[in-house]
Amino acid sequence: MHIVVCIKQVPDSAQIRVHPVHNTIMRQGVPTIINPYDLFALEEALRLRDRLGGAVTVLTMGPPMAEDSLRKALTFGADRAVLLTDRFFAGSDTLATSYALSMAIQKIGESWGTPDVVFTGKQTIDGDTAQVGPGIARRLGLNQLTYVSAIGAVDLAARTIEVSRRAEGGVQELATRLPALITVLEGTSEIRRGRLADALRAARAEVTVWNAAQAGITEMTKCGLRGSPTVVKNVFAPKGRATKASLLDTREKTPGELAEAMMARIFDALPGIEGDLLAHAAQY
Amino acid sequence: MSGTAHAGGSRAGMRKELPEHFKAYRHVWVFMEYEHGAIHPVSLELLGEGRKLADRLGGELAGVALGGDHGQMIEVANAAFAHGADVTYITAEPVLAHYRNEPYTRAMTELVNTYKPEILLLGATVLGRDLAGSVATTLLTGLTADCTELAIDAERSLAATRPTFGGSLLCTIHTLNVRPQMATVRPRVMSMPKADPQRTGRIVEHRLDLREEDIVTKVLRFLPDRDSNKAQLAYADIVVAGGLGLRSAENFQLVRNLAEVLGGEWGGSRPLVQKGWITADRQIGQTGRTIRPRLYIAAGISGAIQHRVGVEGADLIVAINTDPTAPIFDFAHLGIVADATEFLPILTDTFRKRLSVNRLAG
Ligand SMILES: Cc1cc2nc3c(=O)[nH]c(=O)nc-3n(C[C@H](O)[C@H](O)[C@H](O)COP(=O)(O)OP(=O)(O)OC[C@H]3O[C@@H](n4cnc5c(N)ncnc54)[C@H](O)[C@@H]3O)c2cc1C
Ligand SMILES: Nc1ncnc2c1ncn2[C@@H]1O[C@H](COP(=O)(O)O)[C@@H](O)[C@H]1O
Repeated sequence: MHIVVCIKQVPDSAQIRVHPVHNTIMRQGVPTIINPYDLFALEEALRLRDRLGGAVTVLTMGPPMAEDSLRKALTFGADRAVLLTDRFFAGSDTLATSYALSMAIQKIGESWGTPDVVFTGKQTIDGDTAQVGPGIARRLGLNQLTYVSAIGAVDLAARTIEVSRRAEGGVQELATRLPALITVLEGTSEIRRGRLADALRAARAEVTVWNAAQAGITEMTKCGLRGSPTVVKNVFAPKGRATKASLLDTREKTPGELAEAMMARIFDALPGIEGDLLAHAAQY
Repeated sequence: MSGTAHAGGSRAGMRKELPEHFKAYRHVWVFMEYEHGAIHPVSLELLGEGRKLADRLGGELAGVALGGDHGQMIEVANAAFAHGADVTYITAEPVLAHYRNEPYTRAMTELVNTYKPEILLLGATVLGRDLAGSVATTLLTGLTADCTELAIDAERSLAATRPTFGGSLLCTIHTLNVRPQMATVRPRVMSMPKADPQRTGRIVEHRLDLREEDIVTKVLRFLPDRDSNKAQLAYADIVVAGGLGLRSAENFQLVRNLAEVLGGEWGGSRPLVQKGWITADRQIGQTGRTIRPRLYIAAGISGAIQHRVGVEGADLIVAINTDPTAPIFDFAHLGIVADATEFLPILTDTFRKRLSVNRLAG
């Protein structure tokens, strides 16, 4: 079977700092990583390939340096990597991103066989929208399976797949037909440690690089800023609360007295809560 | 490249005048999420917010009720009216009995194309996100996820504010040149409007020509979560949470003990999930649950921005931290500089005594 995994290179947001005066993102020196949620998708894809045979193609849209994350994916065991890069894609929102990626997936299908499953992560840590996966599914007419926690029976001959997905208040087990798009829930399966053979192969492997035209994209009005209905008008830092916490004076007080003081302050600040607590306590 | 990459970039050719074809799009809609016999509270919260937007636009507020049973959808409509809706669009068809992306996307896009709302709001729940992404792509319109603030600007455009870059900044996003403008909001981010059971409204019925044979995806089973408390964290009145300052998984029991005495729920910061001290559904913050309790007690939590955005809606935030300069004291209302592993048991005892003494006296 042929599986495509969409991964995104993102700044390691744990290390992003905001300029205290200008409110701008200080990107300098911030390392980039594969979007952590996409690693779960990649692992599920590799497992599916190991189970049923076939090949995994990783795809990313990004600047030329996004090739690093593709190479990393190859060290984990992906078979083939495609980088979609073009200045026309700059400023894409999720609608434009899903357009470009779905065109590239179509081209991947023409080049190496129509994919049976397309995987994405649950969401990115920079865009954080969880929309690109459903967007791709819609555009390519793939059956959409989001927040998948486990992949069950897959019948390639009958073209069916069963999955468990996280729904509100429980797990929903679904059966659908291939081709399907699966967004993978976090925590499903840690990414494997790549084998030495894969690391060696990855170092030498060709990454296929496509610009818009090479990916078969002719409608440039659907790409980048022009293809994005949403516009960011304003970026600003969250407002702080004007006053800081009122701190209990810990000098010359026993812990017991401090706890009493805290309880009294809580009851003061929230009229009625004492009665509610008593009502609750009375039930036990 | 996607998402926030174009932050700050302004675009040439932005329209000031509302184009003629936009004028067909009126009113504010809220998708009424209904599953397993219950309306998700986020839909009612959205009605409260939608009411303000509709008033600002001088338009109507509508609920959209999709489901398998007509009687149930009438109940949903009545709840929508009680929480501020003027109209409810109902599509009740057997294919909509359980949520599935395909028929729900069909039903929703058909309603939108027929009745043309200016704004469409959905809860940023598992179901809402699954649906919103496909509906927006089908309609080729913009969708702003996980908004924390919604407003109408001078040009009648929806200004949707959301956290970006891991919550360190906020950005305001507009959808230009396409209607409807779509946004999702997480549960508990907006406050619940007061219900008025006397309020009524208009019902618009819409049939959907879709048979079960036409739908590829089938629901095999639904396995409800065993721990029925799990979903309660977001809606708890009292929440006690712990962070890395507790130093060990064993010490986390101290948080649970206090929560139990207070009859509240417990949760924690993200590193505790990563360490396996608590499960992911107990994580509080930007990538976990947003909470809005009356009382929030944070023990050994530094108060990083990603945590802060999930708890700011609490009426009273109480922090216990050994570091007087910890950021949590910048937004907590009440605090103590103390070792949480020592102070929590004493505080728990103090509450326990007060509550049991009073019970005996009463
Ligand atoms: C994209 C992204 C999303 C994120 N989402 C979330 C999220 O949803 N929720 C979340 O919580 N975090 C989230 N984080 C992580 C967040 O940035 C912080 O790293 C995290 O909240 C810190 O957890 P903490 O306060 O428990 O630990 P620390 O920051 O290590 O703080 C521990 C605190 O305990 C205090 N302390 C130490 N010993 C004691 C003691 N004995 N008694 C009392 N206090 C003590 C210390 O002074 C310190 O303030 C996210 C990060 C990123 C990048
Ligand atoms: N530029 C991109 N290149 C490849 N995949 C992407 C890109 N942007 C988003 N994705 C995929 O879509 C998922 C959801 O992204 P988002 O909608 O931004 O939260 C991610 O986990 C990725 O799998």
